[in-house]
Amino acid sequence: MSIRLRLIVVLTLVTGVLWMSAVLWIAGSTRAQVERVLDARLAESANMVSSLISDQRIAVEAEGPVRVPMPATTDLSRQLSCQIWSLRGDLIGASQGAPDARMALTEGFSTTVIDGVPWRVYAVRNQQLGVRVMVGDRVDMRDGLVAGVVSGLLWPAAVLFPLLAGLIWLSVGRGLAPLAQLEAALRARRPDDLRPLPDARDPREIRPVRRALNRLFQQLDQIRRTERDFTAFAAHELKTPLAGLRIQAQVARRATDAATRDRALDAIAVSVDRSDRMVRQLLELAAIDHESAPSGPLDPAALIAEIVQEAQAQASAAQVRLVVRAGPLDLIHAPRVLMHSALRNLVENAIQHSPPGGQVTVSASRGASGLCLAVTDQGPGIAPEDRHRVTRRFWRGRAATGQGSGLGLAIVAAAVAHLGARLDLDAPDGGQTVRITLPVPSQRS
Amino acid sequence: MRLLIVEDDPVLSDGLRVGLGLSGFTADAVGTLADARAALRDSDFAGVVLDVMLPDGLGTTLLAEMRAAGQTLPVLLLTARDRVRDRVEGLDAGADDHLGKPFDLDELAARLRAMLRRHQGRARPLLHWNGIDLDPAALTATRDGAALRLSRREFAILHALVDQPGRILSRAQLEERLYGWQEDVESNTVEVHVHHLRAKLGRDVIQTVRGVGYRVAGAA
Repeated sequence: MSIRLRLIVVLTLVTGVLWMSAVLWIAGSTRAQVERVLDARLAESANMVSSLISDQRIAVEAEGPVRVPMPATTDLSRQLSCQIWSLRGDLIGASQGAPDARMALTEGFSTTVIDGVPWRVYAVRNQQLGVRVMVGDRVDMRDGLVAGVVSGLLWPAAVLFPLLAGLIWLSVGRGLAPLAQLEAALRARRPDDLRPLPDARDPREIRPVRRALNRLFQQLDQIRRTERDFTAFAAHELKTPLAGLRIQAQVARRATDAATRDRALDAIAVSVDRSDRMVRQLLELAAIDHESAPSGPLDPAALIAEIVQEAQAQASAAQVRLVVRAGPLDLIHAPRVLMHSALRNLVENAIQHSPPGGQVTVSASRGASGLCLAVTDQGPGIAPEDRHRVTRRFWRGRAATGQGSGLGLAIVAAAVAHLGARLDLDAPDGGQTVRITLPVPSQRS
Repeated sequence: MRLLIVEDDPVLSDGLRVGLGLSGFTADAVGTLADARAALRDSDFAGVVLDVMLPDGLGTTLLAEMRAAGQTLPVLLLTARDRVRDRVEGLDAGADDHLGKPFDLDELAARLRAMLRRHQGRARPLLHWNGIDLDPAALTATRDGAALRLSRREFAILHALVDQPGRILSRAQLEERLYGWQEDVESNTVEVHVHHLRAKLGRDVIQTVRGVGYRVAGAA
């Protein structure tokens, strides 16, 4: 249901109910007023007739009823009826149109039903003549008067109500115009246009919406920029090894001496390995970013042993010794894929940055803050000013060995973020320690 | 022709150095902008092969610095993303040419030769001097139509001298053109190559300016 329709329905209903209440209220008070005025008239008329017959202006004969002339100027008056009864109970006189039956049994005001028609009657006793004068009018005449007043209120309402609805429709439309403008501005946007919405003189209600939208645009823009950077870096990082391969192949073909040719062929082999690793890491990163890894029971010690075994070939080639310092550990509940990615890349990274003859230590311990996995190497370490950016994708340190893809720590950081763990970089005296602290809620198996 | 290669990928950098060497250039390679700045300050290069993405920044930053400092040294950009926008950005930053990765060694060498030629204000790819024709692309030389058998170094010295006839090049300048940093230069190699050239071309072709260096006569 649109806001406009909703507002119109609500406003129209409320206005209608208010109007009807007003009509009922006016009808009620009008009726009371009409009763009071007409009752006064009845009493006045009865007293007047009584005094007229006392003055003998109207002869009251004993034989039969006389006509009591009543002024007949308006419809209302014609409906006023008069009876004169002797105290003995004989009808002495009556006005034209007065009922035949006695209109009142008591003096003062009373209501009598005669021939099925209710009458309001005022009776007064004329002791001097020994008669009772009764003047009455029909209740339905009174109802008619009130109905006239009410219909006088209802008719304009019936005419004005649609007019009012139309006005409500228009003013709601005007009131919602800023929303419509915002909508038009959004609709007219190209999908790749993520600039903030131009400032306009918004009503206070729209401003938070515009601000929220601008914030969203900004975030989207940031995401898109990161993605674009990623694409640019990926293009560079994938095409550069290809360029290297191609040129080394040409060198190998063109070399006149065996040494140059062998060097070129070695370089090709190295480049193929690196490209392979780069593609593997890119896929790994994509998997961490976009897939949800299932959690399961995991033995940290077994995971470390497995990774050390996988990295053994690389370590031997780099003449690096892998050392594990971990006692038996409780099972944890964690996504195995993420844990494996994080630790594997840490170990590979450490080996890459180790000098020949160096040592890479993988340690695991259970502390107060959770499971702590640390990898320490004896390489040059990460410069303090570079610590905040080593986890950026494709970022390589200035002292880069040229073997890295710049993705290792980015993968670690992504996996750690998904694990809800913490990543710490320390540089102890010589070398580098990277520590992953995984909060482990309680002992689970 | 001595070139500076600014490329951080060791395999590509090595391939460029060796490959361009095989194509008749002398090339030195650095991997960062900082090293490139130092190299440009300290040595004399005929041109630069510049990668766009380097560990400590963008190649185009260095390019803009060079142009802002009034250096006209010709620069060929290596770009990974070979889109029109990237090419336009590179050229607008002051590059003389660009090549998208991966590229062909021969095309790179040809573009570099053309770039250096344009820089020297020459349109013709071949050099002529006193009946001697040099073809820098093929590394071949002829004298009155007859092929001369020159080694790569001998060709390079002749090329350097014939390039600007009349200009005296010192032994150090010639050495710089001949050898990259990684090559050992024996103290008398330039003399040895000049000696061989004179044996092949005749004594009076290359003149020795005592205490200064060598030149070929100014009349082209």
